[in-house]
Amino acid sequence: MKKLITTVALFAIALTPIVTAQAGPAEDQKALKGYFTKSLAGKDLNDFGNGVYALDADARSQWEEIEEFPPYEIALDTGSELWDKKFKNGKSFESCFGDITKVRAKYPYHDEAKDTIITLEGEINKCLTDNGEKPFKWKKGKIAAVSAHIAYAGRGQKVNVQPKTKKALAWYNKGKNFFYAKRGQLNLSCADCHVYNAGRKARGDLLSPLYGHPTHFPVFRSKWGSLGTLHRRYGGCNKNVRAKPFKAQSDEYKALEYFQAAMANGLELNGPGARK
Amino acid sequence: MAKSTIKLRTKEKGGKIQVKALITHPMETGIRKNKKTGKKIPAHYITDLEVTANGKPVITAEWSGSISKNPFISFKYAGSKSDSVTLTWKDNTGKSDSLTKKIGEK
Repeated sequence: MKKLITTVALFAIALTPIVTAQAGPAEDQKALKGYFTKSLAGKDLNDFGNGVYALDADARSQWEEIEEFPPYEIALDTGSELWDKKFKNGKSFESCFGDITKVRAKYPYHDEAKDTIITLEGEINKCLTDNGEKPFKWKKGKIAAVSAHIAYAGRGQKVNVQPKTKKALAWYNKGKNFFYAKRGQLNLSCADCHVYNAGRKARGDLLSPLYGHPTHFPVFRSKWGSLGTLHRRYGGCNKNVRAKPFKAQSDEYKALEYFQAAMANGLELNGPGARK
Repeated sequence: MAKSTIKLRTKEKGGKIQVKALITHPMETGIRKNKKTGKKIPAHYITDLEVTANGKPVITAEWSGSISKNPFISFKYAGSKSDSVTLTWKDNTGKSDSLTKKIGEK
C-alpha cells in the first residue's frame, strides 16, 4: 500500500507542468515600473513616453518650445505626399494598410505562422515590393517620412503588445536578453544606461528610462539633422558602446523592438518625436 | 501653384510679435564630398534672407553654408496684430522664394 501511494505520488509530481523560471512580460513591466517608481521618485510614470523630458523641467520647457514648430514637420509633409501617391499599378499605401488612424497601434506584432516579428517599417517596404515598387532604405529618408505620417495619424492610441504564445514569448525573451546583455568595447548593456542609470547623465546627456522608450519613434534627432527610424537609433546606440551594430530589421533588432514595445504597454503613442 | 519652401508662423506674445519660420533648403556647404564619386557636392545655400512687416524690413540676414540644413529661425519684433509679414530668401544659385502671412494666419 505504501509503495503504491509513493508510486502514485511520484507519478503525479512528474506530470505537474514545470513552471518556467522566467517571468512573463506583464510581470516584467510591473517590476520595471516598480523600479522606476523608486529610482525616479516623484516623476510621473505616465509621462515617460516623453523620455528625458519627463525627468528634467528645464529640458522640457525647451522641448515644448520646439514642439510648437517641430523640425519633423517637413518630413510629415513628405510622408503625407508619399502616402497619397499612387503606385505604378494604381494602388497606394492605403490599399495595404487601410484606415491610417488605426495603423501605428498594430505594430510591432508577432506573426505566429511565419514566426517572426512584423514591424511598421517592414510592412511599409512589403507594401512597396508587393506592388512592384522599389523598397525604401531602412533607416532614414522616405521610410522615416511615411512612418512619421502614420505615427502622427495614430497619436494618442495606446501601445498594446502582449506576447502570449510560446513562439511570441521566445521572441520577447530574445529581445529581453539582448537588452540586458553586456556588449561592446565599453562592456555596457542597454540596461546599464536605460534602467540602472536612467535619470543620470552620460557626459552632457540625460539617460532616458526604458519604460516608454519606443513610443515617440520615428524621431527627428538634432544630431542627425533628420528623421530616423527606431532601428537607426539602435545601431547608433550599439556604436556608442563600441559594439558592431546589427542591420536594421535584423532579427536581433526586431526582437529588441518587440521587447521594448511590450515594456511600453499601456502608454500613449506619441510619434514622431523631436530629440537632441 | 508650386509648394512653398517656407513655413511661417506668427503670433502675438508678450506685447511683441513672435515670428517662427522653417525653411526647406539643403544648405550645402560646398565642402562635402560625394562618398561614391569623391567629387565635391557644389555649394547651395541661402545667402540673403529678409523679413518685412507691412513692407518695412524687420530682419535682414546674410547667411552662409554654416547655417544648417532646413534652417529654423525664430525672433520677436515690436509690431501690431494687424501686420502682414513677408519672408524672402535668395540663394547662391539665384533661386529664391517668398511667403506672406498675416499675424496668426495658419
